[in-house]
Amino acid sequence: MNGPSRTPISAKPAGLLDIESLPRPEIEVILERARFFQPPPNETYRRLDTLRGKTIVNLFFEASTRTRVSFEIAAKRLGADTLTIAAAGSSVSKGESLVDTLNTLVAMRPNAIVMRHAASGAPHFLARHLQIPIVNAGDGTHEHPTQALLDARTILDHRPSLTGLRVAIIGDIAHSRVARSNVHLLSKFGAEIVLCGPAPLLPNELAQLAPGVQLSHNIDEALRDADVIMMLRVQLERQHEAPMAASEYFRFYGLRLEHLKLAKPDAIVMHPGPINRGRELSSEVADSQRSVILNQVENGVAVRMAVLERILG
Amino acid sequence: MKLLIRGGRVIDPLSKFDDVSDVLIEDGLISAVGKNLPGEGATIFDATDKIVAPGFIDMHVHLREPGIEHAETIETGGKAAAAGGFTTICCMPNTIPVNDSDTVTSYIVQRARQVSPVNVYPIGAITKGSKGEELAAIESMREAGVVAISDDGRPVMNSRVMRRAMEVAYALDIPVIDHCEDLNLSAGGDMHEGVESVRLGLGGIPSASEDVMVARDLLLAELTGVRFHVAHLSTSRSVAMVAFAKNKGLRVSCEVTPHHFAITDKELSTYDSNYKMKPPLRCQHDVEAAIQGIVDGVIDAIATDHAPHAGSEKMQEFERCPFGITGLETAIGLTLSELVHKNLIPLTRMVELFTTGPANILKLNRGTLKPGAAGDVTVFDLDTEWTYDVQQSSSKSRNSPFHGRRFRGGPVATIVGGVIVWGRE
Repeated sequence: MNGPSRTPISAKPAGLLDIESLPRPEIEVILERARFFQPPPNETYRRLDTLRGKTIVNLFFEASTRTRVSFEIAAKRLGADTLTIAAAGSSVSKGESLVDTLNTLVAMRPNAIVMRHAASGAPHFLARHLQIPIVNAGDGTHEHPTQALLDARTILDHRPSLTGLRVAIIGDIAHSRVARSNVHLLSKFGAEIVLCGPAPLLPNELAQLAPGVQLSHNIDEALRDADVIMMLRVQLERQHEAPMAASEYFRFYGLRLEHLKLAKPDAIVMHPGPINRGRELSSEVADSQRSVILNQVENGVAVRMAVLERILG
Repeated sequence: MKLLIRGGRVIDPLSKFDDVSDVLIEDGLISAVGKNLPGEGATIFDATDKIVAPGFIDMHVHLREPGIEHAETIETGGKAAAAGGFTTICCMPNTIPVNDSDTVTSYIVQRARQVSPVNVYPIGAITKGSKGEELAAIESMREAGVVAISDDGRPVMNSRVMRRAMEVAYALDIPVIDHCEDLNLSAGGDMHEGVESVRLGLGGIPSASEDVMVARDLLLAELTGVRFHVAHLSTSRSVAMVAFAKNKGLRVSCEVTPHHFAITDKELSTYDSNYKMKPPLRCQHDVEAAIQGIVDGVIDAIATDHAPHAGSEKMQEFERCPFGITGLETAIGLTLSELVHKNLIPLTRMVELFTTGPANILKLNRGTLKPGAAGDVTVFDLDTEWTYDVQQSSSKSRNSPFHGRRFRGGPVATIVGGVIVWGRE
């Protein structure tokens, strides 16, 4: 058991709910610490004891491979005990409410809950009712804060600073929590952000999401002089709209090799995964030298180690 | 039985009366308004420094009985109305079963007589089961006591069905009330569509989903000649279209809820489902338009759309929570703080919005202190500071976004048929 140290009931434990409310200095600390956790070539991540004796519950109400595994590895490399629950195998399928499920878990005294949920704001709702740090691993179409942090870490591995960079984010922006978190993060560092996608997936209001955001319906225009190209998955499962034909989408918003000429010569191509080859980007682009998609995955563990350490260390 | 309300500032918009005066109620009816009325044999109620107005009418509430009694009943909803200063309420038909027949109407009327401290008038469904297909038994419901028809939360999408309903209502001289929402445009939406919904990643309900239906209904009202009433309008364009229709001479009226003139979609940033309702909280310019509509006289009534939901239903992920909030107990406080104390409208106008406004729309023969009228009186004050505690609510439900809000002025006593049914402690 975990000794006498206890947080007083009144002090709300800090988790990580979104990037929008996370101050820039806090982001800088996490990104810097994540660099320390990056594995040397051909080795795996450092093994530390920082979180020994802590229990972290990964609660995934929505399918996920990379985020779930990444959080699990991050926690384990820090010495924490982890437990992963997929909603399908839990009491959720027996009709238990989210609050009751969480209360039941909290009664077993974990130290933090990492949660992914299909409903926007689900972690915010829980954070108001529970006395436990909650790390948002993606909530509906709202935010995916650790994804933006690992994306920033990846960009910073290729660029000295985020300030003044031109970042094109292309695809289904309306339904993308990755886009929202990235917009907030990049904007806090003074990047220039171009959001691009078909009109029904690119509401005009996005331009007011944060300073430095522009909108475009033309991929060529969006890519011009870009330092960073972020492609998003087409999220058919979240759309109430009649979807655009796949061939039409790829023709006008899919990233192909010839597009890369428009961007800066050393521009990097990113994707939060899972990628749909031939849907939002061509196979050639996915496998090209410019693609840093696997670096993103690698940084996912490092960034999540930094986040968990910051919250529980 | 006599009740003498002594020494208050009596405001009766219908008789254009506004003076410190006494009000005498005898045998359930107003018998006199004047100075120094004799108090022999009467119960005396001291209303010094208080406002004495005709009984307030809320033409849009949900009482959940029959069928959803765990959220509210005719009795508890009636008590919440009394505690909010209302003497008369009109209940929407979305019960289980839907009030689409004289059987259900009669049940509500009789049940209200037995258990409700305030007057209850049912509003009947437009279509059977509010499914939008076949017309409900409108004439039978009219005979059983409905004062209007509406499919409220399940608006009639088929314009031809709406047209037929309006024709029937025209013949019966009852208004058609529509919750104007194009269900295709609002599908998947949980809040007002705008910067805030995009920021929060919540599905948007565009203003246009209301506007296109207001436009359709106004055109059909012109076609049929019916008296048409827009429920809880929430957008600047709705206000403008109703004003246009009124200028054209159509028999059109509308209501606004206190929450739609008091707060905006900025409140949703915590994903608190007590801010989730239909129509959704709109943005600042819609709030301003609603207030301007009240000031200009385009808006005829304030109605609460009191929509109780059991705690368990609101303790869920935002997108799973049902729409609707309670409102009976906070309506006067919000109207005073947002409109009267800010000097946007005079007190007489406020009283109109709660009395002659709804009474005229529904032809209720209430809402005045003229001798011979029903002895319904609302006494309220302008300056007592109080805090709304939803845990003390008379309603069975707790889904109010105004829990903990400070108010200046509120209901003091509610008098129905000459009987004090509620009084502030």
